[in-house]
Amino acid sequence: MFELLGITPQALFGQLLIGLINGSFYALLSLGLAVIFGMLNIINFTHGAQYMLGAFTAFFLLEYAGLGYWWALALAPVLVGITGVIIERLFLQWLYKLDHLYGLLLTFGLALIIEGTFRNFFGSSGLPYSVPPELQGGRNLGFMFLPNYRGWVVLFSLAVCLATWFVIERTRLGAYLRAATENPTLVRAFGINVPRMITLTYGFGVALAALAGVMAAPIYSVSPQMGSGLIIVVFAVVVIGGMGSIMGAIVTGFGLGLIEGLTKVFFPEASNTVIFIIMAIVLLIRPAGLFGRTA
Amino acid sequence: MKSLLSLIALVTALGCASAQAQYTDGIIKIGVMNDMSGTYKDLSGQGSVIAARMAVEDFGAAAKGMKVEIVGADHQNKPDVGSNVVRTWIDTDKVDVIVDVPTSSVALAVNEIVRDKNKVFLVSGAAASDLTGPQCTPNTIHWTYDTWALANGTGKAIVKTGGDTWFFITANYAFGLALERDTAAVVVKNGGKVLGQVRHPFPATDFSSFLLQAQASKAKVIGLANAGADTINSIKQASEFGIVQGGQSLAGLLVFITDVKSLGLQIAQGLILTEAWYWDMNDANREFAKKFSEQNSGIYPSMVHAGVYSAVTHYLKAVDALKSDGDGKAVVAKMKEMPTNDKLFGQGTVRADGRKIHPMYLFEVKKPSESKGPWDMYKLRATIPADEAFRPLSEGGCPLVNKS
Repeated sequence: MFELLGITPQALFGQLLIGLINGSFYALLSLGLAVIFGMLNIINFTHGAQYMLGAFTAFFLLEYAGLGYWWALALAPVLVGITGVIIERLFLQWLYKLDHLYGLLLTFGLALIIEGTFRNFFGSSGLPYSVPPELQGGRNLGFMFLPNYRGWVVLFSLAVCLATWFVIERTRLGAYLRAATENPTLVRAFGINVPRMITLTYGFGVALAALAGVMAAPIYSVSPQMGSGLIIVVFAVVVIGGMGSIMGAIVTGFGLGLIEGLTKVFFPEASNTVIFIIMAIVLLIRPAGLFGRTA
Repeated sequence: MKSLLSLIALVTALGCASAQAQYTDGIIKIGVMNDMSGTYKDLSGQGSVIAARMAVEDFGAAAKGMKVEIVGADHQNKPDVGSNVVRTWIDTDKVDVIVDVPTSSVALAVNEIVRDKNKVFLVSGAAASDLTGPQCTPNTIHWTYDTWALANGTGKAIVKTGGDTWFFITANYAFGLALERDTAAVVVKNGGKVLGQVRHPFPATDFSSFLLQAQASKAKVIGLANAGADTINSIKQASEFGIVQGGQSLAGLLVFITDVKSLGLQIAQGLILTEAWYWDMNDANREFAKKFSEQNSGIYPSMVHAGVYSAVTHYLKAVDALKSDGDGKAVVAKMKEMPTNDKLFGQGTVRADGRKIHPMYLFEVKKPSESKGPWDMYKLRATIPADEAFRPLSEGGCPLVNKS
């Protein structure tokens, strides 16, 4: 049967695994976006630039502080998360009561500024960042040669996504966050510091983006425009999954990575656009997204 | 009455003084358009504007009484953006010559516009050999390199050393398709076989899926028919997937020195590539590179930058000889009539189909241990003489050639 499709089963499984790996980036990024939109009602267009900042921070840590990949995995999200907190305190907190579009415009402008500044100083060919020695090499799985690093990416992203989902949906802290989004005044009446929770939530979403950036640094070039191409696709993923749904973002991220991987095999010229075609179809059938709750 | 007469005399005298050279509105305006923000920024970008400026200075335009102005613009690799810029430049800003324009889809669009408006188009950045083939015009000169020369250099060299089965990873637009077509022709002509190809969107970041397909094809050589950041990512990810360890080799069909710099010698060593110009080949080149890099944040010139310098120099010579810049066809005809000679490319000619002729060079990327400086990256493997480097005039299909 597979031969009729023009591809051997081994090659197909290889492509599916590649799709899953790409999906893990989509899942991590769309998770950050879904958390920010679900909790704060802000459409965070700066997400792509913050992903890029994460990768650049990893590069700087290695270049100027001699700190390797594992340090960067821990430090870069914290550092970029702090810049996220600053952005929230300076700009975003004034926009919560306004229409969504203001948040979108502000974050879009910030993204352009950040990317433009970096492009000015660092060119566009990309900076080198190598795979950490512990993760170099690969293993032959029989149907394909899997680089160890890519296997690590899938497993780690899955772990982070599930941990985030667990914290938000199943712990008390997550319950406070969800309550604060629905009815901030009432939650404040209980003595819970709502503005600080919101700030930290934005910082956490940004940290997730930076984490994805650090993980991308060894395999995709560390370049100023690495975020701008990706962010549009990630928004499509979030829309398909349902704007406020955490589990939706995770499942859709991995799922669309798989579908894009398959498209690259059978019709590679369309691999850029297949996610948007799916988004158009989903919006026609289920406007709130596959997992979204109709408001 | 006396004052009126003297006024008339004064005005007439002033009128006569400016009738020496008929440049359109008195200025020779050069428009440098390329990718200033994306995939091809480092190999062209602001550096091309710097190269053009250096050419104007070295030509001594000011001393000859020629007023030259240079403007730059970003076409973002989009044909519609590039077309709009060129139309505005020619109609409103009175630009006389368009220079550089990498990204073959944009170059082909600009090619048409410049012909319709009878200006001059000097292509340094773009590659598609169609510009001197079916799409040739009397207003365009293709200066630095083209897909045929690359295929003939890199492709032939690799097939002759045993790489006789190929699989292409191609950027799915005019340039990639042209490069794939020309290289496939060279491979087949020299006794090789093309086992397949995959066309990836332009630009792309993740090549893992395409590399996997190339691996599955079991071709001895994987030809990368893409450029700039696409090539860099393909090569980086190929090393991740153990392609070279698995016994296949990578052929970077269009690689610039800025790409090798980004990859680093550790990954890029041994890569075979064809370029038209390299900074470390003689003293004149080295001196130019030093001066250029000081103005370009330490980044050394690519062959595209050198091509812009050479093209602008020859253009100014032709315009100076004609004492006018308004008629694009006349200027280009003059440029084809005069042999070229500049400090970077030496002596050469421009053919009837608009193809600039000079030798091409086959380079190999040095090992890290062999490199003695941050930009010391190539060793010369072979020189392809000028009369063999480019597609023969008769094979191009250029309408201008048949007429003569």
